Order: sequence, then structure tokens, then C-alpha cells
Amino acid sequence: MTAGARIIPFRPRPRRPEKMMSNGVLGMLLAVFVEVMLFAGFISGFLIVKARAVGSVWPPPDQPRLPFERTAVNTSFLIVSGIVLLIAHRAYQRGNKSVGPALLVATVLGAAFVAMQGVEWVALLREGLTLTSSLYGSLFYTIIGAHAVHAVIAIGLLGWAWLRLQSGRLPREHLSVVALFWYFVVLIWPFLYFQVYL
Amino acid sequence: MVEPAVDLTHGQHHDDHADHGPQGWLKYLWSTDHKVIAMQYMFTGMFMALVGGFMAYVFRMQLAFPGIDVPGFGMVSPGEYNALVTNHGTIMIFWVAMPVLLAAFGNYLIPLMVGADDMVFPKVNRLSFQVFFVSTIVILASLVVEGGGFAGAWTAYPPLSADSTYNLTPLGSTLWVIGVGLEFVAFLLGGINFITTLMNSRAPGMRAFDVPIVVWMIVVASILFMLSVGPLLAGAIMLIFDQTIGTGFFNPAMGGDPILWQHLFWFFGHPEVYVVLLPAMGVVIEIITTFARKKVFAYRTVIFTVVATGVLSFFVWAHHQFIAGIDPRMANIFTITTLLISVPIAELCFVYIATLYGGSITLNTPMLWALAFVATFLIGGVTGIFLGAAGADIYFHDTYFVLAHFHYTFFPIAIIGAFAAITYWFPKMFGKMMDDRLGKIHFWGTIIPFNMIFIPLFVLGMGGQHRRIYNYSHFPELALDWFQDMRVLATGSLLVMLAFQSVFFYNWYKTIRHGPKAPKNPWKANSLEWTTESPPPHGNWRPDEMPVVYRGPYEYSTPDREDDYWPQNEPSPRGSA
Repeated sequence: MTAGARIIPFRPRPRRPEKMMSNGVLGMLLAVFVEVMLFAGFISGFLIVKARAVGSVWPPPDQPRLPFERTAVNTSFLIVSGIVLLIAHRAYQRGNKSVGPALLVATVLGAAFVAMQGVEWVALLREGLTLTSSLYGSLFYTIIGAHAVHAVIAIGLLGWAWLRLQSGRLPREHLSVVALFWYFVVLIWPFLYFQVYL
Repeated sequence: MVEPAVDLTHGQHHDDHADHGPQGWLKYLWSTDHKVIAMQYMFTGMFMALVGGFMAYVFRMQLAFPGIDVPGFGMVSPGEYNALVTNHGTIMIFWVAMPVLLAAFGNYLIPLMVGADDMVFPKVNRLSFQVFFVSTIVILASLVVEGGGFAGAWTAYPPLSADSTYNLTPLGSTLWVIGVGLEFVAFLLGGINFITTLMNSRAPGMRAFDVPIVVWMIVVASILFMLSVGPLLAGAIMLIFDQTIGTGFFNPAMGGDPILWQHLFWFFGHPEVYVVLLPAMGVVIEIITTFARKKVFAYRTVIFTVVATGVLSFFVWAHHQFIAGIDPRMANIFTITTLLISVPIAELCFVYIATLYGGSITLNTPMLWALAFVATFLIGGVTGIFLGAAGADIYFHDTYFVLAHFHYTFFPIAIIGAFAAITYWFPKMFGKMMDDRLGKIHFWGTIIPFNMIFIPLFVLGMGGQHRRIYNYSHFPELALDWFQDMRVLATGSLLVMLAFQSVFFYNWYKTIRHGPKAPKNPWKANSLEWTTESPPPHGNWRPDEMPVVYRGPYEYSTPDREDDYWPQNEPSPRGSA
């Protein structure tokens, strides 16, 4: 190999480059991507079953209706919680340490969402919509249940962040990671709501 | 900080290291060191390879000599045969190919090659292996529970997988799904680590195009895995509900759709092929450049090609379903995308050959494995064209032609690629030089029988022999004498191949006991892992010797230089070429 010399430009001793985003945020973003694809899988299954419904009647006539209006109230709780957290998160990034109350409000609103969903589930079970009563029920409980599991985990993380904040040991990055997961739970909900409840 | 993190001569205590967590043997069980976790993945994967290989031995014996009392197993019943075939596939893909290539070498190589002291989330990494270990126990347990292991084929199509009145393994099939699901969680945790480490922990000076190709490939593979696995996890949850609670997601009688599972499975399943292929291709290109003493031909093209392959791999999945009743118009589209994806892969093979062209080639054991990978994978790829075309696939579907095709792709990936990687990085991992002569004996003893197993199966497949049949003597048109001779030839070759694996284990043992000590850079290679001790200490380099990068990893045979290699961390003299 004596062909034309390759010119390799001289490089001075390099320094460590700036990170595009912190490790935790990047890791959580990747995890959120996976979760989005998980729900995409559920929703594609939902759409296929819906498209194959007997006589194209959906939801099945013999099954209870989902409480679209009452869930709209829950949804607003969740959205407000997300907005409150966004404000608190941005303030914390700017160095404002007194975001404890806002964080608590966001957590409690999130918990209220899950609790009200639970109340609705009990009512629906009484009306005869169960996991095995029809595919409609199976899909509803599987998809909304998967979201509920994520919501509970996220609320736990928010509560943990609040406790850490009270003792003054909450790095900014940690709040960003937890907040990112909560934004995912909040933002995916409208899609599920309009797909499944309507 | 010069304690060897991976030291097979156990029992010595390192008292100067009290700050690094558990000591003694616990260090190996509870370590967050990426090198130890890589070893854990590798040894678990190798153990599972023995389990999967034993299964292959049992069912091949049954096919060659129906009804025989298989030594070491006994009579094979039809149910056991199906369970063996199913779990052979599952284990070889999810518990051998993925842990050894992606997890073990990903864990081992990424921090060393990008010049980091460890993964960015070491505890997540440890959790990843622990979840994987639990999944291993679950899948092994599923084989011995009442009713036996799951027997509905590794693709687990409903209704066979969903309804225990069909598969007769109510416990085994559920454990199988749980095991596979846990295994995916483990690799998700690992994948987050791989991607974040490459993005955020590169050595100063290492730009995007200074990263060794194998790291790029492992990271692209992780991205593919993470994007594709979500829908399958959704499907797995639905399948478990179908199995245990009695929902009807995949049951047409209840309004469900069995094809839905096939879509969810193959939406993951086809990118999965590239998830395991890309790390193997990366390993091979590292070895080829090192032993051809040449710069990689078209580095950037390789990276772009790999990304293109990754994107395309999401649009080919339905070529597995051509005869499952999908719309023929859709089959046309998927035929086109399937034939398209062979273009970037063919391009990679040409890049490898172009890299070899004009090089000064050393034919030692790792290089032989690397070259064998290219040659055998080429056969696998070319036979895939027939299956990708919807018309030809109607004839070939579910025959041994398909089986031989994917063994010609997966064997090079999971076995040849893994042996290439192990023999190449063995000096770095264990600090000893392997015996090249024994390595070559093992190579030829594996590669010749491998072809002797699967070429007959190609012929049988073209002759119309169906897969997943327990005893061909029940089918007069498949019970021809020459068909049976082919089956016996394939089984005999398998026995020879399995026997030759003992040479590898003997070589391993002998090297660890008596092998010569490996220097830092035995192959005179450029990438950063060769600039530290063999094996690397905890933290990979001394804190004051963390590497800094000045150039790409493939500067071999640079004119006007005394050495024919130029390590990435060596500063260039000002004004030189």
C-alpha cells in the first residue's frame, strides 16, 4: 500500500466535549421511546379489533358504555398536573428552590386522577364490563390498566422527588428525569382517551 | 488500580480496594464493572448454547433414526420433540445470540473502545444481568414443569400458543412468555446503557466518525431493539391474558385476530435479525482490518449503510406472513422492501471484500472465523432472496429450505461471529494468548460439518420436506430413501460439529492454565481497548492515563510511518501526514 498518501489533519490535544443532554435525561428519553412503542402496539391491536367488529358496530351493543364525560374531568386533572409540574420543573432548572408546594400539587392531582379512574373501574365492573366479558372489556382494561400502572409508578417517583426536595437533596437532573416520565404519562393519555373512550 | 477486574485465578483478596463494593467471590456476583457483567452474560450465554446444542442433538437423532432411544435423553415423544424444537429456537436466539454478541461484547467493548471507565449507569447494568439471569431460570424451569416445555414453535403463533387445550402445556407456555418478556426487559436496560454511554462518555477528541464500527453497530442494534420490542411486549401481555385469564385477543371466535399476533411478533422479529446481525458484522470488520493491515474501505458509507438497514428493517416484517392470508397487494409491497434490504447488506459484504483487497492478510484463528462469517452469511443472504419473493415463498414456506436459510444466517451470526469475537478479544479479556493451532482445528472442525448439516437440508427443503414434523416415515412421499440418507448425513455432521466444540473448551482451559501472557496490544491494533493492560484493571485505565483520541481507529499502513499501525491515542507530530 504505497498509493497516494492519506492526509490526516493534525489535531491538537482535545478537551472533553460538552454533553448534548445529561445521562439521566437521555436514558429516560430512551425508556420513554420504548413505552411509546408499547402503547403503539396496544393501540394497533385495538384498531384492528375495532375494524373487525361484527357489523362494524363499535362499541359492542351489549356492553356498557364508557363514561366519556366523567373521564373528561379526570383528564383535566391529569393535564393540570402536567402543567403545574412543567412550571415547577422550569423554575427548579432556573435555580428556584421553593417548588415544593407545586411539586406536591402535581403529585396529588396525579393521584386524584388514578383514584377517580379506580372509582370508575369499580362502577364499570358492577355494570358488567370485565376483562373477559368481551374483547371490548379486555382491550379497555389492558390498555387503560397499562397506563394506570405507569401513572402509579410515576406518582411514586414524584413523591420520592418531593421527599428529596424537602431534605434539599434533589439534583436538577433527577427532577428532570422524573418529570420526563410524568410528561410521558400525561401526554399519552389524551391519545388513549380519544381512541378507547370515544 | 491495577487489579485485574476479571481474574480467573479466584481466591485472592484485594485489600487496597475497600471502596469498590463487595470483595472476594461476591465481587463477581455483585459487581457493577462492565467487564464482569460482560463475562456473566458470556458464560450464561455459553451455558445456554450447550443446552440449545443438546436439544438440537436430541431432535436431529430422532429425525435421522425415528423412534431410537437417544443416548442421554431416551425416547422422544411427539410432544417432547415439539418442545425441543421450540426451545432450541428460543434459547439459541434469545439466550445465546443476544447475550453473547449484543450484551457480552456490547458491555465489554463499548466502554473500552470509547475510552470510558465504565458504563454511565453501572447499577442499571447490574440490574440488567440480574433480570436476564432470572429470565434464564424461568425458561429453564419451563422445560421441567408439569406438561413439559412450550411446544408451539419459537414464533408462538396463536391459537396454538394461546389455548392450552391445543398446546397441552398450560404452565410451560405461560412461563415461556414470561421468560422471553423478562429477557427483553434485561436487554432494554442494557440498551439504554449502550446508547447513553456512546453518546455521553466518549474520550476527549473522539468524534462521531472516530468511533470503531463495532460500537456503532452494537448501538444501532440496540436502537433497533428498543424501537421494535414495545409492540411485542404489548403482544406478550395480551398473550399471557389469553392463556391465563381467558381473554380473546387472538381468538377469532371472540372477535380477536390471530394474525394480529403475527404482526406484533414479526414487527419485532425482523428487526431482531438485524439486532443480532449488526454486532456480528461489526466484530468481523474489526478483525478484517486488523489482520489485513488496511484501513476500512469507506468507513462513513458503512455507517450510513447500517443506519439505512436499520430503517428498512422496520418495513419488511410481513414477508414472514406471505401465506398467512394477508392481502396480496400488501405482499407485493413487502416483497419490494425485502429485496431492497438485501442491497445495504450486500454493500457491507462488498466493503469487507474491498477492505481485504490488497491487504497483507494474516490467516490466524480470528481472521478465519471472520472470513468464514462473510462466506457463510453470503449463502444465507442469497437464499433469502428466494424467500423474500412472495411467489417463490409460497412453495418454500415452512420447508427445510427456510430452516437451512435462517441457519445460514443465524449460525454465522451467533456462533461464527461469537467465536471470532472471543478468539480476537480473548487476550484482552483474560490476559492469555490462545493456542492458534488448536483454534484452527476447532475452526475447521466446526465450519465443515456446519455446511454438511445445512446443505442437505437445503436440498431436502427444495424437495418439499416440511418443517416441524416429528417422524417422516409417517409420510410416504417424504420417506424416500435418499431423503432419509440426507437426514442421516445432517445428523452425523451435527455430531461431528458438537464433538469438535470440546477442542475449543480444551483450548480455553489450556490457555488459562498454561497459555503465554498477552501483551497490551498483541494484534497491533489501533482502537483504545488495546492501550490498557490485558486484562484491563477496574476503571479500565489508571485515572491519570485516561485516553485521548487523535484519529480514527483504522489508520493501518500509513505511508511514511515506521509502524504499520497508529493507535488512536498517539498524538500526531505537528505537520506530519
